[in-house]
Amino acid sequence: MPDGARPVLDVRGLKTVFRTRGGDVHAVNDVSFSLQKGELLGVVGESGSGKSVTMMSLIGLLPSPPADVCGGTVMLGDTDLLTAPPEELRQIRGARIGFVFQDPMTSLNPVFNVGSQIMEPLREHMGMTKAQAEVRAVELLELVGIPDARRRLKSYPHQFSGGMRQRVMIAIALACDPDVLIADEPTTALDVTIQAQILELVKELRQKLGMAIIWITHDLGVIAGIADRVMVMYGGQVVEQGPVRAVFSAPQHPYTRALLRTIPKLHGPRDARLEAISGQPPILSAPPTSCPFRPRCPHAFDRCAAENPARRAIDGRAIGQGHDVACHWTAPAMQEVAHA
Amino acid sequence: MLTFILRRLMLAIPTLLLISLVIFLLVDFAPGSPMSEIPLTVPPEVRQKMMAAMGADKPVMVRYVLWLRQFFIVEPQYAIDALFGTDFAQGAQRIISWQSKVPVFQIIGERLPQTLTVVGTAYLIGILIALPIGIYSAYRQYSWFDIGGTFFSTVGFSVPTFFTGNILILIFAVKLGWFPTIYDTNLRITDWESLVKMLKQMALPVTVLALFNAAEISRYTRASVLENLGQDYVRTARAKGMPERVVLLKHVLRNSLIPVVTVIALGLPTVFGGAIVTEQIFKINGIGAALIGAIHVSDLPTVQTITFIFAVLIVAFNLIADILYGILDPRIRYD
Ligand SMILES: Nc1ncnc2c1ncn2[C@@H]1O[C@H](COP(=O)(O)OP(=O)(O)OP(=O)(O)O)[C@@H](O)[C@H]1O
Ligand SMILES: [Mg+2]
Repeated sequence: MPDGARPVLDVRGLKTVFRTRGGDVHAVNDVSFSLQKGELLGVVGESGSGKSVTMMSLIGLLPSPPADVCGGTVMLGDTDLLTAPPEELRQIRGARIGFVFQDPMTSLNPVFNVGSQIMEPLREHMGMTKAQAEVRAVELLELVGIPDARRRLKSYPHQFSGGMRQRVMIAIALACDPDVLIADEPTTALDVTIQAQILELVKELRQKLGMAIIWITHDLGVIAGIADRVMVMYGGQVVEQGPVRAVFSAPQHPYTRALLRTIPKLHGPRDARLEAISGQPPILSAPPTSCPFRPRCPHAFDRCAAENPARRAIDGRAIGQGHDVACHWTAPAMQEVAHA
Repeated sequence: MLTFILRRLMLAIPTLLLISLVIFLLVDFAPGSPMSEIPLTVPPEVRQKMMAAMGADKPVMVRYVLWLRQFFIVEPQYAIDALFGTDFAQGAQRIISWQSKVPVFQIIGERLPQTLTVVGTAYLIGILIALPIGIYSAYRQYSWFDIGGTFFSTVGFSVPTFFTGNILILIFAVKLGWFPTIYDTNLRITDWESLVKMLKQMALPVTVLALFNAAEISRYTRASVLENLGQDYVRTARAKGMPERVVLLKHVLRNSLIPVVTVIALGLPTVFGGAIVTEQIFKINGIGAALIGAIHVSDLPTVQTITFIFAVLIVAFNLIADILYGILDPRIRYD
């Protein structure tokens, strides 16, 4: 491997199909990416592009049926999560991989106090006694910035605000010191000032704890602020991937370019209106044989209909290591995209 | 919480007064006379005297007020006297059955244990069967177990108890002769033999009622568990790496039971109503049989009192259901 370091998480050729009554839905098609130790990978893409399904497939969180994770490998250290027995996978969830979900209002169990919900994984995975777990739970609440932590252990989720609940969710996800934290749109349901606070918190925690983070979002502004690398998804596949700076300064895929144009500019003259990407994301009933973005793409030509583009490196480094794109079209340098 | 209970109890008083008035008037307006069982040869003056002796000749409102006083003031005093050997009642006039001329509450005291044994056992068994079935059906939705369970609960819920009761009697009592057809009310459990006899005679009525209750409760449980299984917090529990057993029996169940417990509490008094039918079929001399018997001979005080007690039970269990809801769901605050 060129960069030497072995990734904490290495996903190769992941495929997930929903076998529904109305037919198959190919939600994840041959997704590969890797995550280095301590790295923050931003994942963007509009609704339905397969971001959540990808991440949930990794750790067996999708209900099956209908979900069928039917291809690929997911290496966490030396373990392939896709072939690991369910019991082993369960012991990894919450211990080595933490998960934070989008909606903090519904993600906590309403009838148990937050203390017991934080202590659960500690007792399950770390074999702590009740007293030990309680001490650790107080620590965790303090870590995520909840004041008066000891007293708050006894509070129920409904007694917290949305932002505070998301902090509790983060505390739960971090409880067992995971190698990887997967945050699926953790700030989408929160208002802007709270979003900013949660972002600050995650930046700070990352410095302190050094875990790798996968951060799913719709908001490219957020990615620009915190991510090391960004992965753009469309139609269940990775269409562009690379270091944040490279992708933002020289976006290759027409979809990435369109996404970048939808960011409101903070500096310089304002556009009359935000540009929307016209058209609908596809729902794939069969594995794609043509480029899924083709119907909405301004640059599409005949090859796009004949062949689904494979990822190709554009900076000479191995795919997944540097900057790569899945597109037949060769993008000219782009001036109009400003840095967010 | 305490203020909530007190407030609800205060509210229950006008409710119960209104219910009692409606019951009293409805029962009173029903056709039939307490004299209908008296031979026609008895001369009218004697009939008049008999009516007067029972107080049946007074206007309905006078009888209502008198009955109210007896129900709420006199009878509780007798109850206290019976419990503590005191003498608060001092021989005040009790509610007397027109038919048997003994206090209605004495009849109830004799009949209620029969009903409670059968109904109580059946309800308990029903719940114990229903909860696991409902939970597992939901957890394995559309499995053979679920399809079978749903089929039986739909049948159990829609086929009336008088039908299942008679079928069971026909098969197990008449054809196979395993169980008696008639419930012996006077049976006392003194030794192993009488215990077995008691269990045998309880078997069929308890089965009929338990099946009916289990059908209803398992449907509620299944629906409630199913709804909760789809909630986000279940995904969180799995993402935390909790074993499925904990996810289902702790996280999901604790939430699912909130409405189920309410249904169980609200259903308890209505079971007494259902038991009336079952008691008829199995000839159990319980409170339902007492009510039916009293209706046949226009024994108004008995009918009014037993019906009103059912109403009190319904109001009481409504309150209990609300209180349980508040205990089980931390989001509910009573103030
Ligand atoms: N249970 C399911 N059954 C069938 N199809 C599903 C199911 N869950 C997800 N999908 C499909 O998978 C695709 C990807 O969904 P996913 O939730 O991963 O999108 P997303 O990128 O996370 O979107 P969002 O930004 O809205 O969260 C969608 O097209 C969706 O229709
Ligand atoms: Mg999503």
